[in-house]
Amino acid sequence: MAAPPRHSTMLSISNAGTSQSTGTDRTQVPQSSSPAQTSGLRVPSNRKTIYDRHLNRSRNAELSRASFAYLFGEMVTYAQRRVTGIQDLEKRKDTPSASVCSTYSSTAPPPPPPPLSPAPPPPRLPPNRPLRILSLLHLIHGPLWRLLFQRAADALEHSVSAETPNEYMITDNDPLVNTYISVPREMSMLNCAAFVAGIIEGVCDGCGFEAKVSAHNQPTEMWPSRTVFLVRFGESVMEREKVLERAGVK
Amino acid sequence: MSTQKASRIGEEIWKTRIDKVNAELVTLTYGTIVAQLCQDYDSNYQEVNKQLDKMGYNIGMRLIEDFLAKSGVGRCANFRETADMIAKVGFKIFLNVAPTVTNWTSDNNQFSLIFDDNPLADFVELPDDGRAQDELWFSNILCGVLRGALEMVQMQIEAHFVSDVLRGDDTTEMRVSLVRYIEDEMPPEDD
Repeated sequence: MAAPPRHSTMLSISNAGTSQSTGTDRTQVPQSSSPAQTSGLRVPSNRKTIYDRHLNRSRNAELSRASFAYLFGEMVTYAQRRVTGIQDLEKRKDTPSASVCSTYSSTAPPPPPPPLSPAPPPPRLPPNRPLRILSLLHLIHGPLWRLLFQRAADALEHSVSAETPNEYMITDNDPLVNTYISVPREMSMLNCAAFVAGIIEGVCDGCGFEAKVSAHNQPTEMWPSRTVFLVRFGESVMEREKVLERAGVK
Repeated sequence: MSTQKASRIGEEIWKTRIDKVNAELVTLTYGTIVAQLCQDYDSNYQEVNKQLDKMGYNIGMRLIEDFLAKSGVGRCANFRETADMIAKVGFKIFLNVAPTVTNWTSDNNQFSLIFDDNPLADFVELPDDGRAQDELWFSNILCGVLRGALEMVQMQIEAHFVSDVLRGDDTTEMRVSLVRYIEDEMPPEDD
């Protein structure tokens, strides 16, 4: 897809690299537009930067689940030390994830075609950027969940109330992030899956759907850490949805 | 125990006994932690390094249990063996990388780990503020992990990064030095 521009960028950087003394000097390339070139960042002479790695390289890579649990646990502890209330704590957890997880939406599904182009859709790789709410939610419920947690989410529901047509719910019976976290009794309202809510929010944002996502405990006898992610789409999204429906966009 | 043998053990455990999770999830989670720290400490990178090291220390203290249980290896005969164990088994089973052990000092108390690949730093570019590349050690949590884990097995060490590809260096290198063996704090049931 983006191969030609990427490639030329790489070429021009490596040319620039050889014409300068390598090592500690700052690489400064005149007349350039790519972020790698305009920045004053130093890069290694063997070109191990994010611009040179294949986007899909780590797509199927795996790491130890324990490592994730340790990191996540540390993150929760850190957040806990710095806040006073539970709500604040949950907020703290989803804010950072939102910022990084907008990165996720750009790496997880392949780069989308230009948004809402009226021209016939280019016959390219099937997973395009979703335009409608439902296809977005299916993307989250299925592929995203499988990518992150190796299985699809357990349920996807639409609010039955006529007053809140903008509310959707994604249910996970046993969120991975809660597996290794034990919440003290006095904080039983806390759900560490707020982190995942942040991820969902980031993905929605990254796809151009303004939304607020929150995580709620809904334990059942069989699934004590069952969590419902409530997705509330913004006004603008709902309006656009109506327009797209009239236009017959899927 | 030879390096090759350690590699084989690491490989074997990684394949058979480790629960896996998507690598990008770990990478991005770590990224958020560092980003959040940078924000909380107002880009005071020295402070961020310190905090990462502290977090790593907490992780290391708990991780060693897991390491011993999964690997089933016994006590190392000397620090050289410890180094191989860290690089070829420890890093392998928790991060699926096996850094190279090299640059030993003649007294066998200091070595370097060279990382060809660092899953924590995938997708990362340090902030272009003229300071981050000189002050922030992005993967500093690993130093803390080693310090915490080894302390639990009676080794006081000091670890720090000396170069990082994210800073524009050609390699990512961590220097590890043995300070002392903690003899007097041996738990009674350990023989």
